[in-house]
Amino acid sequence: MADAAIHGHGHDDQRGFFTRWFMSTNHKDIGILYLVVSAIVGLISVSFTVFMRLELMEPGVQHLCMEGARLFSDSSAECTPNGHLWNVLITYHGVLMMFFVVIPALFGGFGNYFMPLQIGAPDMAFPRMNNLSFWLFVAGTSLGVASMLAPGGNDQAGSGVGWVLYPPLSTTEGGMSMDLAIFAVHLSGASSILGAINMITTFLNMRAPGMTLFKVPLFSWSIFVTAWMILLALPVLAGAITMLLMDRNFGFTFFDASGGGDPVLYQHILWFFGHPEVYIVILPGFGIISHVIATFSKKPIFGYLPMVWALIAIGFLGFVVWAHHMYTVGMSINQQAYFMLATMVIAVPTGVKVFSWIATMWGGSVEFRAPMLWAFGFLIVFTIGGVTGVVVAQAGIDRAYHDTYYVVAHFHYVMSLGAVFAIFAGVYFWFGKITGRQYPEWAAKLHFWMFFIGTNLTFFPQHFLGRQGMPRRYIDYPEAFAYWNHISSWGAFLSFASFLFFIGVVIWSLRRGAKVTENNYWNEYADTLEWTLPSPPPEHTFEQLPKREDWDRGHAH
Amino acid sequence: MAHAKNHDYHILTPSIWPFIGAVGGFVMLFGAVLWMHGVTAWMFWIGVVAVLYTMFAWWSDVVREANTGDHTPVVRIGLRYGFILFITSEVMFFAAWFWSIFKHTLYPMAEYAGTEYVPPVIHPVDAFHIPLLNTVILLLSGCAVTWAHYGLVHANDRKVLVNGLAIGIVLGIAFTGLQAYEYGFLLNNEGWTFGGDQFYSNFFMATGFHGAHVIIGTIFLIVCLLRAIKGDFTPERHVGFETAAWYWHFVDVVWLFLFFAVYLWASSAV
Repeated sequence: MADAAIHGHGHDDQRGFFTRWFMSTNHKDIGILYLVVSAIVGLISVSFTVFMRLELMEPGVQHLCMEGARLFSDSSAECTPNGHLWNVLITYHGVLMMFFVVIPALFGGFGNYFMPLQIGAPDMAFPRMNNLSFWLFVAGTSLGVASMLAPGGNDQAGSGVGWVLYPPLSTTEGGMSMDLAIFAVHLSGASSILGAINMITTFLNMRAPGMTLFKVPLFSWSIFVTAWMILLALPVLAGAITMLLMDRNFGFTFFDASGGGDPVLYQHILWFFGHPEVYIVILPGFGIISHVIATFSKKPIFGYLPMVWALIAIGFLGFVVWAHHMYTVGMSINQQAYFMLATMVIAVPTGVKVFSWIATMWGGSVEFRAPMLWAFGFLIVFTIGGVTGVVVAQAGIDRAYHDTYYVVAHFHYVMSLGAVFAIFAGVYFWFGKITGRQYPEWAAKLHFWMFFIGTNLTFFPQHFLGRQGMPRRYIDYPEAFAYWNHISSWGAFLSFASFLFFIGVVIWSLRRGAKVTENNYWNEYADTLEWTLPSPPPEHTFEQLPKREDWDRGHAH
Repeated sequence: MAHAKNHDYHILTPSIWPFIGAVGGFVMLFGAVLWMHGVTAWMFWIGVVAVLYTMFAWWSDVVREANTGDHTPVVRIGLRYGFILFITSEVMFFAAWFWSIFKHTLYPMAEYAGTEYVPPVIHPVDAFHIPLLNTVILLLSGCAVTWAHYGLVHANDRKVLVNGLAIGIVLGIAFTGLQAYEYGFLLNNEGWTFGGDQFYSNFFMATGFHGAHVIIGTIFLIVCLLRAIKGDFTPERHVGFETAAWYWHFVDVVWLFLFFAVYLWASSAV
């Protein structure tokens, strides 16, 4: 399809590579860029975890040695444990996953590609700024990787302070590494804020004629709520890390008790961002899962309106529960009681969502195609994570669980597994739409079962380790924890293998996958506007705005 | 032209500025780290030039697009939404600084059991001296900008538009000048230090970030003045001016909070 030369001075379909991918003002191309780059960063970040699980497979330190990190343990060679390297691995795993993988994939990638399509908008409200968001994300990633390689604490490379960058550790860490990490987060924050402004404006200003707010598909709603959370939470983080920067480099004492500063203040400000961040990560996943479950249950989604309000409620509540991450810092009992109760309230809208998904499947004609398997997996892992979330929300019980592997298991079940299962559900759901080619069904299913078994094998035993009292963030552990750590490591290897397999599936499908000929290759319950377009969609979509009968199925209220 | 667009939204042609701007941002921040660690200042300044040039060129494109009719009514609504949201994010940025101010004022570390921290003797700025003067200046500046807006919208009076903007800008510059004078006075004569104590930290970062926003807002108004002199803006179409005015009022409001929280409260505590 020829390009509509909007401004008359024509450039046609033969856009050069540089023009198309570096100067883009096209939400679909930018969405693809987001997905590809976040997948690459994801591979880096996942490989860290595999190396960490390799180290944790046996008690003692065999791989992360001062004499050099080694992939294969060598009992004949000397090995002095390199705790700094360990801390660097956990730090960058967290920072990269949080800021440079999951948000860019879900919000930047799927949000950019499908939100405008679902609401019938020809592009984003600010297409050029959209590209700035993407390139700031790349610039931030580059600073993050630079930070890992730059001279840091303990006369080694990188910062080993944990992704939360708590002072005084982060303010006393030597070298340039920490400053580069701070600026990386600044750039990523600017990228997300500009993206959020763009998404909100697009959503409010560019919906198809007749599409009132409560007729908008759930995925677009989830992006809208997520955008508000980013808009309100990320600037606060920018303030907090700017304070860190000043403390580190200019002798300020925001968090330095010797100058009247308060390190706990940082934790409050960080978690005021950090808890909404958790929902920023998972809400777009909720949106994807809603569409996948409706499509493969061959029923409209159950309770559209409560689903929307649940998204809004989660978005709001996400801002008033932050200190449940800090029960052990010495808050008063009243404060703890408040944060505990407020936290548990979130289980209500989340429950509305989970039960509505189940009710959608109830009585439906459920078809286990690959995206549905992933959605099913999502429901299971997210519910497990949600249930342990209610456990750790209790201030009293958290005394025992704080900073143990129980917490590690909990947040990996909701964020890593929940969000990642939703990402894969979205990838398989929309793969044909984005690329015009289809993946082999058996391969997608094999990927699912490897990943599902692998991740559960990794993280479920960590509940047991946490209950046994194994603290997180350590390079080594006593014999008593050996059994479940060993199993957990095997799970990590299996998950990693499935990830490599997935990359192979994607490359094979892009080259050899069956061509998609239909606009809607699922069924009539995939009824949002992207399914009225060719696969892949032309460069410019909805040059003629969609008519109401194209999208209004009458069930959406 | 195979297809024409049949809607009023703005579909843009490819642009190099986002890429250059992001590369500039990377160079600037990497350079800032090098500078802070005493390696070189050059990289930082190269990055700054790249970022500033990108802003200039990008927004020149925007003005050109506005003047060639790309900004239809629906696009103008979108631009307004976008700018309000940007100001919202700025509000949340200041929320972090006020959080720190209120925390340290209401719950000073000296009051915690087991702390040996002794707060230094601080002679706070007299709120009814330069700070009050600055409050009046900034509010009057806001009035002048509103006057200019009124002149444009209700009477299409170009003279009021230009004069109002000019007065607003002069007052804005006066504010910055007085603030700089105050900083210099505190640091040189009152024994204040740039950092070194939580009060100084909070004072300089909160008022400093506000000052930076005043400077940005002044530049925004100067651009509007130049455009007004050139003949841009009509009573119906003046998104650039309107958003500049919003920004200026936002800066006003932040100052009022600072005036009460940092100046008045601190000087009443003595």
